[in-house]
Amino acid sequence: MSESSDLNHPLFGRLSWEALPLHEPILLVTFAGVVLGGIAIVGALIYFKAWGPLWRDWITSIDHKKIGIMYVILGLVMLLRGFADAIMMRAQQAVAFGESTGYLPPHHYDQIFTAHGVIMIFFVAMPLVTGLMNFAMPLQIGARDVAFPFLNNFSFWMTASGAVLVMASLFVGEFARTGWLAYPPLSGIIHSPDVGVDYYIWSLQVAGVGTTLSGINLIATIVKMRAPGMGMMKMPIFTWTTLCANILIVAAFPVLTAALALLSLDRYVGTHFFTNELGGNAMMYVNLIWIWGHPEVYILILPAFGIFSEVVSTFSGKRLFGYASMVYATVVITILSYLVWLHHFFTMGSGASVNSFFGITTMIISIPTGAKIFNWLFTMYRGRIRFEVPMLWTISFMVTFVIGGMTGVLLAVPPADFVLHNSLFLVAHFHNVIIGGVVFGLFAGITYWFPKAFGFRLEPFWGKCSFWFWTVGFYVAFMPLYVLGLKGVTRRLSHFEDASLRIWFEIAALGAVLIAFGIGCFLIQLWVSFRRRDALRDSTGDPWGGRTLEWSTSSPPPAYNFAFTPIIHEGDAWNDMKKRGYIRPVAGFVPIHMPKNTSAGFVLAMLSALFGFALIWHMWLVAAAAFAAVVVVAIVHTFNYERDFHIPADDVVRIESARTQLLAGHG
Amino acid sequence: MKTLLALSPAALLGGCSMVVLDPAGHVAVQEARLLVISTMLMLLIIVPVIVLTLLFAWRYRASNTDAPYEPEWDHSIQLELVIWSAPLLIIIALGAITWIGTHTLNPYRPLDARAPAAAVEPLDVQVVALDWKWLFIYPKLGIATVNEVAAPVDMQVRFSITSSSVMNSFYVPALAGQIYAMPTMETKLHAVINRPGEYEGFSANYSGAGFSGMHFKFHGMSAADFEQWVRKARASGQALSRDAYLQLERPSEREAVRAYGTVAAGLFDAIVNRCVAPGSQCLHAVMAADLRRASAALNWRPEPQVCTVADAATVALLPVEEWK
Repeated sequence: MSESSDLNHPLFGRLSWEALPLHEPILLVTFAGVVLGGIAIVGALIYFKAWGPLWRDWITSIDHKKIGIMYVILGLVMLLRGFADAIMMRAQQAVAFGESTGYLPPHHYDQIFTAHGVIMIFFVAMPLVTGLMNFAMPLQIGARDVAFPFLNNFSFWMTASGAVLVMASLFVGEFARTGWLAYPPLSGIIHSPDVGVDYYIWSLQVAGVGTTLSGINLIATIVKMRAPGMGMMKMPIFTWTTLCANILIVAAFPVLTAALALLSLDRYVGTHFFTNELGGNAMMYVNLIWIWGHPEVYILILPAFGIFSEVVSTFSGKRLFGYASMVYATVVITILSYLVWLHHFFTMGSGASVNSFFGITTMIISIPTGAKIFNWLFTMYRGRIRFEVPMLWTISFMVTFVIGGMTGVLLAVPPADFVLHNSLFLVAHFHNVIIGGVVFGLFAGITYWFPKAFGFRLEPFWGKCSFWFWTVGFYVAFMPLYVLGLKGVTRRLSHFEDASLRIWFEIAALGAVLIAFGIGCFLIQLWVSFRRRDALRDSTGDPWGGRTLEWSTSSPPPAYNFAFTPIIHEGDAWNDMKKRGYIRPVAGFVPIHMPKNTSAGFVLAMLSALFGFALIWHMWLVAAAAFAAVVVVAIVHTFNYERDFHIPADDVVRIESARTQLLAGHG
Repeated sequence: MKTLLALSPAALLGGCSMVVLDPAGHVAVQEARLLVISTMLMLLIIVPVIVLTLLFAWRYRASNTDAPYEPEWDHSIQLELVIWSAPLLIIIALGAITWIGTHTLNPYRPLDARAPAAAVEPLDVQVVALDWKWLFIYPKLGIATVNEVAAPVDMQVRFSITSSSVMNSFYVPALAGQIYAMPTMETKLHAVINRPGEYEGFSANYSGAGFSGMHFKFHGMSAADFEQWVRKARASGQALSRDAYLQLERPSEREAVRAYGTVAAGLFDAIVNRCVAPGSQCLHAVMAADLRRASAALNWRPEPQVCTVADAATVALLPVEEWK
């Protein structure tokens, strides 16, 4: 490796024209599409003179609501990429039988399933979850922003930089061909000498900084910034799950960072942590990556559980059943999620007692999870259920998720795992819980909080179309995979000999097409709702008859969220305020102390992306320069003393009286 | 058992052969049984939850004003006891089954006396996952095969499994559950095939470009057929010398089945310890030397004997005093 480095260009490293995929028609067409799309967007920004507002109001914004929205946009854009990978895989597996090798050679197919996993977890699910937590949680606890507003902006842009690196791998070089967790020795320098694994490492490292810092930020916010009177046991459940998910982030992501750092040492400087030589042991990596990886799935699902709790209680018009046991269940899951990682590799030869221990701890998690399901069930009991779109997602989740939970517990029985590990049954299981749990939860959350974010509701017809396509599509796409798993079919195959399996793959491909319609309907829904925003306008700030504080302020909330910090007496604070005949204050406003926008986060993140890109391509000079620039910008930023300002009382009066008029007009 | 299988939703869906649920080897049969029993146990709670969800959603729909409405009802000690204890009871039952099942079906454990094969001396097969094919060595018979393996029906087979370069997983669904094949490490699997036939085997862990073609056939044979098969392999005349192995080890895809009549002595241990190539040092020797050096530097006395893969059995048999 060191010999080849010497041959590299001092400035461009191993990057050359050959890195561009000029010989791959699929990528060329995609690239052309991206370029045209990019030109269209840039053109539109110039035409509408939107560059200034974009920079001032969004890119440099430290408003948690805007950052939350940007996270969600990032997640949705990356969903399109991740789904494109999914449908290409389904198409390949539906045609590559016997003589036919399909349309994707292994070199390409193997990148696609790796990219699909990495993108869907790190750059779709994570940004969407973080976005909703960022947007809703501070509003739920009556705060004006998060604890560290600048850090929040920086965190977002680091996540976005990681996504930029993954997307760059599509057109410059290639992505990893290792599976989404990049097990060594396959991901080591001997078996993966190309840039693919380096793209993997640096995109996750850059995004990981953002995720970890955001975790610290949101924990500090919940611990320190709750409105007076809101004890821990009066917090909304979504805030509780946010707290637990972020504790998991802070405890787990450094492990991922360390594991990837050791892997990069193996790749870059020739250490032997995970190689086959000199006592290196790949199983150490497998352990480390799953000590992060298992809590990661709870990082995703806990906030989704929180969303379902809010939705089911709101649309049943009822207090959440068993609030305290819901909280305990969440905390128990948080703790137990660290005691189960080995169930991802029962088949690597651990002894029977070790396997049993991890199998049984895994099953124990299903007890608090089961309690949660029952709590939602009994929240619906004797309620008045309105079948708005978020509630539809929730009911579909409850039915779908228990099936995924059941197959999950099944996989936790080690001897059953011996026959199902790495099979399509496993693939069906985790899609069952991630789509049926996380994705359904995110769609419920997006639909639920959309009017709060933009001031108008999402048009329900297209939302229902999206819901039905997703739900039916999920079953059509993944039930065949359960069957295939029981037929002994393993995952990540790009070609099959047994033609009798084909029908199942064709059904699964049809399911993927249905899901594509579901995504399409969602996009149409956004467009239609935007066009009909006046008819869908939410002037009350409380379109669903909500129960928590975010519904007490206007939609969209003013920059300062609450003109006066609310005082809390009970759980379901807004419901309590409504019951007590709360009268909104219309006078006596004072200036509000707020943090100021800054471009430092964006600049730091872009430099970090450059640093990562330079390391991927062994551009040592560029990497050194980018790193130095990161340090300099960070130091310069510490000398920025103009970080806050006061919104004048006059402005508050103006904004609040506009709302008073709106409310009066409404009713 | 049959009715349970017929009831399982997957079987209803399929009506087609599912090797995982209907395997031909004693171990896999027990694993399948455990899978079905666990599923049934969980359906006890899953089915009511699904039914209740749909029922409550329908019964308490907003338009049904006849249904009772209690917006403040959010707590019931009795109900919460049931909510927590029902899953708990099922998990206690499942946990007990898991503990027993995991120990009895531990792949490292020789088959118990009730298995038809336990009485006979087991057949040793050494399995090496190569890029991207499978090498099977029969150390006692002195033969080896590529991408094909056979065993007599009702004879216990003791697989020792490793890999030459990256992680794979050795899996014959009809025979027994899988176990990983990992470089520098040796895993074990005990199994027996109960019905003669030709069964699919493959790698169940993605291992790079040639992964999709990493199939092999597992043949369950009568004793006479197996002898015939061994004789044919011996007659092939090819020798699996260390040089021949180094040739074979090079990455290649979809290799044709082939057999070797003789196998170099100690080849499998050399593969595990990465010292097949002439002049290379074996890992266990390197580690032993490292420990000797370290203990000398740190002045450890007396110097302990190192347990390495190659001499693990001998060391384990030594009385403790002799280590010193």
